[in-house]
Amino acid sequence: MSTAQAGTARTGAAAPAGMPLRRFELAALRGTWRHEFALFKRFWRTSSFAALLEPTFMMLAFGYGFGSLVSMIGEYRYLEFIGTGMVGTAALFTSAFPGMFNPYIRRVFQHTYDAMLATPLDVHELVTGEVVWLAGKSSIYSCAPVVVAMAFGLDPSPGMLVIPLIVFVTALGFALFGMWTSTVVPSINSFDYVITGVVTPTFLVAGTFFPVDTLPGWVHIAAQANPLLHCVELVRHAVFGFRPLADLGHFAALLAFAALMWVIAVRGMRRRLIG
Amino acid sequence: MDSVRTAAEPVVRRSYGGPGATGEPAIALRGVVKRFGDLTAVDGLDLEVPAGICLGLLGPNGAGKSTTMRILTAQAVADAGVVEVLGYPVPRRSKHARAEMGVVPQQDNLDEELTARENLEVFAHLYRVPRERRRAAVDDALALAHLTERQLTRVRDLSGGMRRRLLIARGLVHKPRLVLLDEPTVGLDPQVRSELWGLIDGLRAGGTTVLMSTHYIEEAERLADDCALMSRGSIVARGAPAALVAEHAGERVMEHYGPPHRLAEIEGLARAAGLPTRRTGPSVSILRAERMPPSLADELGPDGVSRAANLEDVFVVLTGEKVE
Repeated sequence: MSTAQAGTARTGAAAPAGMPLRRFELAALRGTWRHEFALFKRFWRTSSFAALLEPTFMMLAFGYGFGSLVSMIGEYRYLEFIGTGMVGTAALFTSAFPGMFNPYIRRVFQHTYDAMLATPLDVHELVTGEVVWLAGKSSIYSCAPVVVAMAFGLDPSPGMLVIPLIVFVTALGFALFGMWTSTVVPSINSFDYVITGVVTPTFLVAGTFFPVDTLPGWVHIAAQANPLLHCVELVRHAVFGFRPLADLGHFAALLAFAALMWVIAVRGMRRRLIG
Repeated sequence: MDSVRTAAEPVVRRSYGGPGATGEPAIALRGVVKRFGDLTAVDGLDLEVPAGICLGLLGPNGAGKSTTMRILTAQAVADAGVVEVLGYPVPRRSKHARAEMGVVPQQDNLDEELTARENLEVFAHLYRVPRERRRAAVDDALALAHLTERQLTRVRDLSGGMRRRLLIARGLVHKPRLVLLDEPTVGLDPQVRSELWGLIDGLRAGGTTVLMSTHYIEEAERLADDCALMSRGSIVARGAPAALVAEHAGERVMEHYGPPHRLAEIEGLARAAGLPTRRTGPSVSILRAERMPPSLADELGPDGVSRAANLEDVFVVLTGEKVE
């Protein structure tokens, strides 16, 4: 008798013995989503309140504040410009922040991941499951500014239907970025460096509040490496009309960012979780 | 000082192995080494756990017990050696092994914001319990842990004992073939500990292989069919608790109290008579006291306390360390 057959005396087993397990399984992701869903049921009011209202307030404040001074930005009314731009900011906030704090707290304080990784769940599945959940939520929450802008006169367009997809891919990248930072910061307070040093410049130089071509040349060039800029451009084009070649480039940039961050985040999490 | 007293007798051992005992290893470690920088936490560990038994892995803090547990779940990767769990090579096929084993960690890592039931439901998903059996599996685990009445209570509102029972239930929700218990009763009061012992004993009786690390001597003596004494990352002795005690510490131990110079004197006399000794706080213990020559007994006087030898005596004799 081989060791694999050893201990077969269990009775009424709930899990099938010798089940086929692949390297990457949807069932593993579903396990992480079950966890997220249970937590979401508990906290949906508070998390939705912040995620929906914060970008909406910012949009209204900038829209009305600057909007009274600046009527048009290029071919767009300022409220339309900012309403579409704020989608990117919402995507960033609703993915990067929980991407940073949730994994850090679960790994360092709650040790939730230690428990989860004792099940047939591998680190890359854990990372993927959690960021897909975050990106899914973000893709819904981040539509709020567009809905508000529509209430203030933005015309609906069929392209708006792809905004959740654009946000999903963007949020995947930023949630993974947040998760990676959670593996490199020495303490939870160190997130201040990330927020002030990375997140704030990212949304300021993404064409959300003003076009980046008004910035000095080198900043303009550097801004092309900002994934959020590509998200904002894509969202504007989805609302006001696609520019196929440019938009393929923007989407490819977002996909590349997400793929790169996945590799880095998985590596960081593995380093922290597997001794 | 009082005249000779007799301490509690050791627990009577059950027969070796439960209904799942097959003699085949559920766990096999050969020459396993794990280093963290300059520290060698596991140092050439050889360990086999036959299926269907409860093996107590006994050792002080820092002996390498928890690292060994983490190696078995592939949450730590050995630097050298061979690891097989339920026949699967680890870490290469650890996912398969993890699917068929349950882990009860030393540290409470339940999700405090979720209810007892939700915690189990999440893990039933993670353990791939089929949808049609999931509800029953969670109900069974709740019943096993006597938490059916509290299933809708958030974990943060459960008592320490209930949380510990829930941790065990979480590791059993998929009815695993092998259960790793890492210090399952650490920090619990005696009543709760006794309750958990009943639960663990039931597992073993049901044929589940149990590897239980502990530094509670009594726990190992009560629950384990077999004990492995671990010190500085390797096994220093292995056997049934009673056999280990008989082999290394004899039947009886005589404890003598007194000022330091008197204890040193007693140690000298005992050693001269060929009897091993060990310091136990303010006393010195003379092992194999049943072989004590009458002349030595007369010389030591009637102030000793006689008790049965136990695993702690064995451990100290073999390693010079205390299990605490």
